[in-house]
Amino acid sequence: MSKADVIELMYLAAGVLFILALKGLTHPRTAVRGNLLGSLGMLVAVVATLLDNAIISYVWLMIGLIIGAGIGAALAVKIPMTAMPQLVALLNGFGGAASVFVAGAEVIKLHLAQNADLSSSVLIAAAATGLIGAVTFLGSLVAFSKLQELWFQKPVTFTGHQAINAVLLVLTIALAIWLVADDANPAAYWMLVIVASALGALLVLPIGGADMPVVIALLNSYSGLAAAAAGFVLNNSVLIISGSLVGASGLILTQIMCKAMNRSLFNVLFGVLGPEAGAPSADDVYAGRIKSTTAEEIAMLYDSARRAVIVPGYGLAVAQAQHAVRDLANLLQSRGIEVEFAIHPVAGRMPGHMNVLLAEANIPYDQLKEMDEINPTFSQTDVVLIIGANDVVNPSARTDPSSPIYGMPILNVDEARTVVVVKRSLSPGFAGIPNPLFAADNCLMYFADGKQAVLDLVAAIKDL
Amino acid sequence: MTLGLTIFVLALFVGFEIITKIPPTLHTPLMSGSNAISGITLVGALLAAGAQYSAFATFLGFLAVILATINVVGGFLVTHRMLGMFKRRD
Repeated sequence: MSKADVIELMYLAAGVLFILALKGLTHPRTAVRGNLLGSLGMLVAVVATLLDNAIISYVWLMIGLIIGAGIGAALAVKIPMTAMPQLVALLNGFGGAASVFVAGAEVIKLHLAQNADLSSSVLIAAAATGLIGAVTFLGSLVAFSKLQELWFQKPVTFTGHQAINAVLLVLTIALAIWLVADDANPAAYWMLVIVASALGALLVLPIGGADMPVVIALLNSYSGLAAAAAGFVLNNSVLIISGSLVGASGLILTQIMCKAMNRSLFNVLFGVLGPEAGAPSADDVYAGRIKSTTAEEIAMLYDSARRAVIVPGYGLAVAQAQHAVRDLANLLQSRGIEVEFAIHPVAGRMPGHMNVLLAEANIPYDQLKEMDEINPTFSQTDVVLIIGANDVVNPSARTDPSSPIYGMPILNVDEARTVVVVKRSLSPGFAGIPNPLFAADNCLMYFADGKQAVLDLVAAIKDL
Repeated sequence: MTLGLTIFVLALFVGFEIITKIPPTLHTPLMSGSNAISGITLVGALLAAGAQYSAFATFLGFLAVILATINVVGGFLVTHRMLGMFKRRD
């Protein structure tokens, strides 16, 4: 067996370990081991690569490994759980950029080799890597900036936006043809990368906050596809396997997110969601029907309750209220009340965002219920407490065919005996429409900051 | 190339089969963990940084090694940190 065979077998082992890693993630009990298997797979792949005869000097790659590991470890240890969406966006972007540079170096090699039988399929793969990688890179940076609330928080669009995107896409195809026709001319490759970067930024700029879960999942998929494309350039099987696993993962998450919002991917990426003509105004819906409440009143409700559900939304993350909510849940349980959390699939800014926040606050994961599981139980629930969620509990999605969110699956909290909404004001959610739930007979509004509200509520229940 | 395509399509199917079984509770760790796996482009980066086709290609490889390593180390570590927080009711 030659050294090249050993390397190939090690790559195969790495690919298998990655598959086992994902398999481990199918259950919280096995997830930690899964993640460790994944990192073991990466170690095997790196060691195999270092054995490769193509590597002549180890200086720069060792320095790069040390710098990268230092930055990566620092990011991973320091990042607060509320900032997880930003971190994932940033890491996606880095992965995309790395693939762009890898293909760029390979284009230079092919160009220098100057042999007549340049395979056009390799160059097409290089162009694909440049395109997907650069879109991932700048798209992710824009997403990061939106999530970190640096720039472009509001959706940015301008006249001709779609036309410009189309022109840029055609331009990248033209540049790809130039790259293939002109013996891997590096100039063609880098122009393609620049155009594709602009395209990536323009694609993400118009996306608003609540659509972020879709975009993050999609960019996650792209970062995988870019790695797979780089695998075609290098004719490297482990890159192709891992890249397509990640590509598939991101696509599934994208699909789940779209379904949870009842919107097509096309609609999220190119459409603008807005209230339609004829939709009721906030005044019509709310006029005279809003009942405001206090912590003491809510405490009384809990005093006679047997089952309570808490619905967290992005507002909970903003208010950093997860630990206060944990104290509330423990207190209620100690009083013999059954407490569960209802998690809508698009609550937060990335898939699973709420679950991580509540896990950080030591809330057991089997207390968090998915929408389909908890919806049938609302009619037997005494008190539902909503913190920082709005559109995902808006009954218009069920009842009003003229509503822009009509058809979106929601948490049917209105079926509970009493609903308490913690909210700063009556301002609309991301969809920009009023929420008839707030005006419902069984709904009480508690106007306050999420965290302070929960702290006051805990104090009030202790005083009972 | 056709062999690569075969691997690509089969791996996509494996991915779809496994990932549809992952519960929503673990979707964020799935994203950060799969993100770390997509850092596999590190393999290509190491080859580019070590092969010395030209000074510029080495430089590109060097940058790619840094970025991909951040992706890999940051991704796996943060996933580990997150998963450590998921606990059952006791």
